[in-house]
Amino acid sequence: MATEHSRSSARIMIAPAVFVLLVWMLVPLCMTLYFSFADYRPMRATFDAWIGFDNYVSFLTSSSFLSSLGTTLLMVGGILIITITGGIGLALLLDQPMFGQGIVRILVIAPFFVMPTVSALVWKNMFFNVDNGLFSYLFKFFGAQPYDFLSQSPLLSIVVIVAWQWLPFATLILLTAVQSLSSEQLEAAEMDGAPPIARFWYMILPHLSRAITVVILIQTIFLLSIFAEIFVTTNGAFGTRTLTYLVYQRVLESQNIGLGSAGGIVAVILANIVAIFLMRIVGKNLDN
Amino acid sequence: MGRITLDKVQKKFRDVEVIPPLDLTVEDGEFVVFVGPSGCGKSTLLRLIAGLEDVSGGEIRIDGKPATDLPPAKRGLAMVFQSYALYPHMSVRKNIAFPMKMAGMDQAEQDRRIAKAAEALNLTDYLDRRPGQLSGGQRQRVAIGRAIVREPAAFLFDEPLSNLDAALRVGMRMEISELHSTLKTTMIYVTHDQVEAMTMADKIVVLRAGNIEQVGSPLELYRAPRNTFVAGFIGSPKMNLMHGAAAARHDATTIGIRPEHLDVVETGGTFTCKVGVSEHLGSDTFFHVHIPEMDEPMTVRAGGEVGLRHGDTIHLEPQADKIHRFDARGLRIA
Repeated sequence: MATEHSRSSARIMIAPAVFVLLVWMLVPLCMTLYFSFADYRPMRATFDAWIGFDNYVSFLTSSSFLSSLGTTLLMVGGILIITITGGIGLALLLDQPMFGQGIVRILVIAPFFVMPTVSALVWKNMFFNVDNGLFSYLFKFFGAQPYDFLSQSPLLSIVVIVAWQWLPFATLILLTAVQSLSSEQLEAAEMDGAPPIARFWYMILPHLSRAITVVILIQTIFLLSIFAEIFVTTNGAFGTRTLTYLVYQRVLESQNIGLGSAGGIVAVILANIVAIFLMRIVGKNLDN
Repeated sequence: MGRITLDKVQKKFRDVEVIPPLDLTVEDGEFVVFVGPSGCGKSTLLRLIAGLEDVSGGEIRIDGKPATDLPPAKRGLAMVFQSYALYPHMSVRKNIAFPMKMAGMDQAEQDRRIAKAAEALNLTDYLDRRPGQLSGGQRQRVAIGRAIVREPAAFLFDEPLSNLDAALRVGMRMEISELHSTLKTTMIYVTHDQVEAMTMADKIVVLRAGNIEQVGSPLELYRAPRNTFVAGFIGSPKMNLMHGAAAARHDATTIGIRPEHLDVVETGGTFTCKVGVSEHLGSDTFFHVHIPEMDEPMTVRAGGEVGLRHGDTIHLEPQADKIHRFDARGLRIA
């Protein structure tokens, strides 16, 4: 980007990409914004282009809004805790020299390639099913009463399914970070009399902090929009209705496009607030 | 106290014997330098002493106590690594305090030792900086500081100066020597640079392919190299080794003459030859001449102001009592 010429040609080169991105993003956003101020219920053939902030008021004051917000936070938080701790543990294990390392690593990554709907169905029917699920057989084998995961603890079940999908991602990023730690540093700590736990706490964990923030940032962005897993397993019942799912219900189940759009805009604003906070944390971490 | 004894210590990586059984004693308070070309096993030997590698056979004793199966932390040794291996997320103060913190030392004692080490190493102004904000020499000093505060039985240095520029290296060399004379602690120092070995060591251990070629004080090695390898390795520029008729005249297979032991004479002389490339260092001039007895050009040292040019014919006479003689196996003939 040295000369005026190269700078202007660069702008021309990236223009198509920027244009497509803008259209793809701006058109739906503007339409949502437009609908959010309208009373639009197609099944009742109502369309009132401007009703002010009525949709927002009714969305924000409904009791399901706050509870869905809580559910979203619990779900995202739970998945993050499982994937980060599990990811660090797996990364440290996979870093050990062992027989068949390459194959084991590929197997660990495998869940990431399974589509959300498929993995949710597999978990629902193969593991969690009360009559035929593998967990039920396991419980019966030990003489215990089979546990109906999806109706007894539905939120936890969904957290487990999604965490299973995202664990490979966290493991992969953290593994590369673990591998980039210089062995001399660990040896120096060993000479300094640090036992394995101290080496983990004072050397490995600080070294991983940057990778951990990156994993948290990327996962949060994707986890805020979990949909398929909820749709397939509980349909948003039993306290598993997240903000994303609530918006979907308002639009398609209640057929109230105006109210759903207002909810969508609220979700966009909240997600951006979260993103700004995360970006600042990551930026601070990347600085040093 | 820091007397380290190696008794038939051996190291194999799978089937490859890196260090054949080897005996060595490092006396308390000695400055011992392991020197040899790269890949000669000198770093491996140091790591065996440190406990970072397991020995395949033999025994290591520190102060008479067996240490072969002790973990590194229990051996009471401190190591300075080639890459310094500082902890990047900790301040200099915390880096230096880390071994004491791990030993559970009380805070007042920690502070006292940090202050003392920082004073000795000129680090007082940098204690609150991170390693990333320091220059190479300062980082090196932090690594040494981290080693000092533990008051170890012996210091182990693994090529500590190889990442520094030439001028800084000379300075740090002096500082480490100075440190040794104040602390009087055993130091084992690994390097491939024979100048570092010559200038710092009380005792040099020359290694080749895991074998000890010779052990002795710098001047012993310089005056009486045990074989042609040590003869060629110790001394700068290298000793001129020649075979054939020139050697046969002295009843030897190979003779060695150091560049500084060749005199330029007006007439006669053992060798008559033409001057090739000359290197003017100011204090000295090294010039290279071709003689039939040697495959490589012979190096000759002359005074700094000597007026010789490329292509001049000169006569050279070796100093008779400074000729090293070696037999067919490359061993010194006394």
